[in-house]
Amino acid sequence: MGIHVIKMPDIGEGIAEVELVAWHVKPGDAVTEDQNLADVMTDKATVEIPSPVAGTVLALGGKPGAVMAVGSELIRIEVEGAGNVKAEPAAARRAAAPSAPATQTKAVPVAAARREPAAPETKSEAPAGSPPAPAAAPAAPAARRSGDKPIASPAVRRRAWDLGIELQFVPCSGTAGRITHEDLDAYARRDLALGHAARAPDSGARYAERNEEEAIPVIGLRRKIAQKMQEAKRRIPHFSYVEEIDVTELEALRAQLNAKWLDERGRITLLPLLARAIVLAVREFPQVNARFDDDQGVVTRYSAVHIGIATQTEAGLMVPVLRHAEARDLWSSAAEIARLAEAAREAKAAREELSGSTITITSLGALGGIVTTPVINHPEVAIVGVNRIVERPMMRGGAVVPRLMMNLSSSFDHRVVDGAVAARFVQALRSLLECPATLFVE
Amino acid sequence: METRSTTLLVLGGGPGGYVAAIRAAQLGIATTLVEGDKLGGTCLNIGCIPSKALIHAAEQFEQACRYAQDSSHGNLPRSPLGIRVESPRIDLAQTVRWKDGIVTKLTNGVASLLKKNGAQVISGWARIVDGKTVEVTSGAGQEPLRVVCEHLLLAPGSLPLALPAMPFGGRVISSTEALAPPALTKRLVVVGAGYIGLELGTAYRKFGAEVAVVEALDRVLPAYDEALAKPVAASLRRLGVQLHLGCTVQGLNASGDAVRIRNAQGEESALPADQVLVSIGRRPRTEDSGMHTLMLDMNGRAVRIDDQCRTSMRKVWAIGDVTGEPMLAHRAMAQGEMVAEIIAGRRRRFAPSAIPAVCFTDPEVVVVGRTPEEATRDGLDCISALFPFSANGRALTLESGEGFVRVVARRDNHLIVGWQAVGRGVSELSTAFGHSIEMGARLEDTAATIHTHPTLGEAVQEAALRALGHALHI
Repeated sequence: MGIHVIKMPDIGEGIAEVELVAWHVKPGDAVTEDQNLADVMTDKATVEIPSPVAGTVLALGGKPGAVMAVGSELIRIEVEGAGNVKAEPAAARRAAAPSAPATQTKAVPVAAARREPAAPETKSEAPAGSPPAPAAAPAAPAARRSGDKPIASPAVRRRAWDLGIELQFVPCSGTAGRITHEDLDAYARRDLALGHAARAPDSGARYAERNEEEAIPVIGLRRKIAQKMQEAKRRIPHFSYVEEIDVTELEALRAQLNAKWLDERGRITLLPLLARAIVLAVREFPQVNARFDDDQGVVTRYSAVHIGIATQTEAGLMVPVLRHAEARDLWSSAAEIARLAEAAREAKAAREELSGSTITITSLGALGGIVTTPVINHPEVAIVGVNRIVERPMMRGGAVVPRLMMNLSSSFDHRVVDGAVAARFVQALRSLLECPATLFVE
Repeated sequence: METRSTTLLVLGGGPGGYVAAIRAAQLGIATTLVEGDKLGGTCLNIGCIPSKALIHAAEQFEQACRYAQDSSHGNLPRSPLGIRVESPRIDLAQTVRWKDGIVTKLTNGVASLLKKNGAQVISGWARIVDGKTVEVTSGAGQEPLRVVCEHLLLAPGSLPLALPAMPFGGRVISSTEALAPPALTKRLVVVGAGYIGLELGTAYRKFGAEVAVVEALDRVLPAYDEALAKPVAASLRRLGVQLHLGCTVQGLNASGDAVRIRNAQGEESALPADQVLVSIGRRPRTEDSGMHTLMLDMNGRAVRIDDQCRTSMRKVWAIGDVTGEPMLAHRAMAQGEMVAEIIAGRRRRFAPSAIPAVCFTDPEVVVVGRTPEEATRDGLDCISALFPFSANGRALTLESGEGFVRVVARRDNHLIVGWQAVGRGVSELSTAFGHSIEMGARLEDTAATIHTHPTLGEAVQEAALRALGHALHI
């Protein structure tokens, strides 16, 4: 009997860390070849790790929620024969590992510097070539960063231990992030106040103070979303632009198309029409259909239009990608968008379906509101947000007429997209959408 | 077999063990301490204290020699102070008696402190039966005593590391023997230019021995940064200590009166030696008490502990040298005090901001917190500045204008993360260094504190001022 160790495989795109989402086996279980051992998650998708061997599980490498480095030990399986523990050095395992995951990941190293993709078929996974972490991070703020040890004198530390207070949660008033005795007192009083309130007599359930707190660990998709949003907002100076669009004609066209073709070709929503408008507008404004690798200082523009469709799922926000929108007609786009949304909601979307977009549409549908300030899907440079359609009285030719109006709220990366370009891009969208016939003029 | 029971059983009466026992007893915990040798452990008996006594005596003697008209050893200049002495002599037997007197005074002090606080002391060697039972044998043929405890605290300390090519015995001695010289050795070869070897080698040289130091790496004090080691190397050369750097020791020669060494070029030579001090480090003492039967998780040769000094076995604790580097008495003491308080039900963690380290070489070296390189390695953007003692009045009046104080602080908020110093008497500055780091001082705090004039401590303030860009005296 030997021991076979499976290391966390490298699932491509220069990912150094992978989050363990769930185990499908436990120590002592017998596993067969290809049996699913665990689900792991990258910032793109959940990947199943199948067993390359048959045997008995000896030990698991981490708990669900743990973020594990690529190449760290995932699971230990007792197998017939020699196993791989001593036979294969860790480096070799790591190189061999990509064969393990179920999804066939193609790490396509695209030279980030390439300006024009040679053919529309080129995969636009520019980040593959970029370094995993920026070495020269911007100057750290003076305040305490997460992970920094709280600074407090030995007496304060000791009192905190006595009081059962974790210093990292205590706000500091001292210079250089120092926690003083007074800070500790204030924090302890707050704790005490909460405690007393909780013990206050139950004088009438309805208006009673409620002090329950629930700590929800930010793990899995939520952690990825949090990181992604933080990254986008930290790196990108957002510039938002809102324009009002008269969609009366567009809605009339949509109603007509649906009335005529619904059964044969399926339903058209607003999104495929907007996708079509974006396809046409980016020909004039290639600056916005691009990805900005700010570590390398390179903007890559794409002739392909891969449109990310921000989709709400039970687990949280996901962005499946409508690939090659420029090569699709309305119904093809509509069907693909519906399929992707379904796949994302059922957590069946493959990693490739969740990456590689070059521009993103976000729509809250009926909840659209008047204005939104969408967050750019880093490293893209533009996001177009759809607000609610409402019928409003508008002045047309000196008369008040009812028109269907909709706002488009868009955000741009102001580092590489100038305000004037952004405005002209949105105006181009507006003229296309307000005169729908132009959507079909090549 | 007689059986006793106790709440806390401490194995080892060194600085870690005795402090744990005193504190536990203060907190009302029934405490028993087992020690096979003398109380005080390595530190009091064969380490810190006796070495500092010998270093002091050697320094005094060397000074007297320096004052003598015919300075017979080293290339030292005649005393500029105008003191003239006629042929000083040393009575080494008296020196050792004096040193032993200090050691006895201190170890007796430990015994009475333990007694005063109500900790039981059993003299004898412990053999661990299981995590709650220990058998103590106090002498050959004696019936062992069985002690049953709730908490077991392992504090067995460390032993000098031996060279496989040159095991201890005969002329090959460890620091233990070097600290109790029956007579003055004429020719001493020191293997290992770490702090223990240099401290003792320097003392022997000052007593008048011919001293050669062999080090495998290419500089002395290889564990310390180069700027700190440089003045030490210069001083060793001035004292007439031969340095054989980048040389490996092959063993004794056939007649056993010389150490064969090989330099980087592969050339062999022999260093004649009456005694060979092997000081290449210390190792955790894990084998002679049956500790292995507990099957504790190890960290290399050391017992693995967490930040509360818990081992992998519940209610079995370990402190001090047995838990690995840094093997320093003050770390063990702090750990011992903490474990006693945890057992008494207090919430504690071993979370010092810095553990100071001092080399009592000539000049002395102090390191507290991070050096500039370490700070950079830890990803901190730091500034550092040094102030030389040549610009410090007090240092000049002490004939010790050599060396410097260096401060390392974060660039963004000026939080002090490290202090280093080299110079005569700088060991006492470690208190100020440790205090400023533990208190979370910024450069401005130290710079704005009035430091006494004229003292070496002014260099501390000036280093902080210089880091802020406005030193006054340089």
